[in-house]
Amino acid sequence: MIRLSGIHKTYGTRSGPVQVLRDVNLTIDYGERVGILGRNGAGKSTLIRLISGAEFPTSGTIERDMSVSWPLAFGGAFQGTLTGYDNLRFICRIYGVDPANKVAFVEEFSELGIYLREPVKTYSSGMRARLAFAISMVIEFDCFLIDEIIAVGDASFHEKCNRELFELRKERAMIIVSHNAAYIKDHCTRAAVLSKGELFHLPTLDQAFEFYHQSMTAAA
Amino acid sequence: MDQQAQASAVPGLGRSWSIQRRIIWALVLREMMTRYGRHNIGFLWLFVEPMLFTLGVAALWTATQSVHGSDLPIIAFAITGYSSVLLWRNMPARCIGALAPNLSLLYHRNVRPIDIYVARLLLEVAGATMSFITLVLFFWSFGGLDMPEDVLQVAGGWVMLGWFGAGLALFLGALSEVSETIDKLWHPASYLLFPLSGAAYLVDALPKAAQDVVLWLPMVHGVEFLREGYFGSQVTAHYDMVYMALCNVALTILGLAQVRKISRTVVPE
Repeated sequence: MIRLSGIHKTYGTRSGPVQVLRDVNLTIDYGERVGILGRNGAGKSTLIRLISGAEFPTSGTIERDMSVSWPLAFGGAFQGTLTGYDNLRFICRIYGVDPANKVAFVEEFSELGIYLREPVKTYSSGMRARLAFAISMVIEFDCFLIDEIIAVGDASFHEKCNRELFELRKERAMIIVSHNAAYIKDHCTRAAVLSKGELFHLPTLDQAFEFYHQSMTAAA
Repeated sequence: MDQQAQASAVPGLGRSWSIQRRIIWALVLREMMTRYGRHNIGFLWLFVEPMLFTLGVAALWTATQSVHGSDLPIIAFAITGYSSVLLWRNMPARCIGALAPNLSLLYHRNVRPIDIYVARLLLEVAGATMSFITLVLFFWSFGGLDMPEDVLQVAGGWVMLGWFGAGLALFLGALSEVSETIDKLWHPASYLLFPLSGAAYLVDALPKAAQDVVLWLPMVHGVEFLREGYFGSQVTAHYDMVYMALCNVALTILGLAQVRKISRTVVPE
């Protein structure tokens, strides 16, 4: 279970403090797949970084009694100056996993071939996404945090990602943040909407989508 | 898999110790890879680079018949002096602005700023130490240098200088995340501190008034202590290791406190 209670997050900016999250409460149990909808700038990525533990809330508490992944996104969490192989080894060392058994999977999934020996900064965004996703699947977690990971790549890549996440790991908990309602609809058991720093829980998926569209039109 | 409820800036002992060690080792290897890569002599640069510095300075001082206020051989003087400068001076240089190139790694909950600093400090200490030992052995094998009279005291002085550098590096490194001025000021400061640091003179050769001034600098005590260990009766050393230890403790506490502070606010990219 992961429980967020009374989370506030404020960033200091040149124009003074800006409150990004306001009194956010959220509980996720084993096996639940929760979608969090929000427009660009609603605070989705901040929320997911707080859940992962990469950042700390300004106030409020986060309890975790299951292992939680880093925010799986198409870019971050990797080192551009290192090669694909070195990034894999680094991540394995951090999480205490033997990289020897994982090389074959990453080679096959990422289809990067000889480019695994090149620095990641020379990759295109599609190549980066393939590497990032492949390495993410090397470490097992009870709960995966997914930050728009499917936003890049072609159809066959999407298919492979979906198989790894939603078929092979369908019993795991997941938190998926996206601005894409269709994606949340396909993969989540419930959804919440993040709007202007507040998280609104709605009883059904359909009500969540309706609320999301209303909040978008209201803002536009 | 890790079940650590929350990673604090200064982790508790016990359970998190093995995670900590794993993370720091991973960062050390990563750092060696990005800094030295797999090209030509690779990670040997770790100590070849400081060695070249020390050799250059030794050659320069020999050529200019540098006045250092003693009848010690100039090679021995340069190696003990400049090696210790490299030890305490490179650590702050490597820790200032150290987080920026590593921000993406902070996405992994167990990688905290303190780990990034410690990894860099370990590498600097290893490089400076290997360079010092290699140079001593090299010149000794050609008869250009005698072995230290008291190896333990030399090691003691070296440890104290390393501790001083590490404390200073943590403090300035973490402070540089809050204020860019630190980076700007450190360059002139480190430049100006070099001639004052005791590397290029013996305190005993200075007039009394100047001695009282330079002995405010903690690293002078370390270098004097180290030189006494190395040359023994040939030099009259001036030092107060209690004073230096107190300075080191103060710097370490300030450093850890500042690292803890920025750890709560740093935003991974």
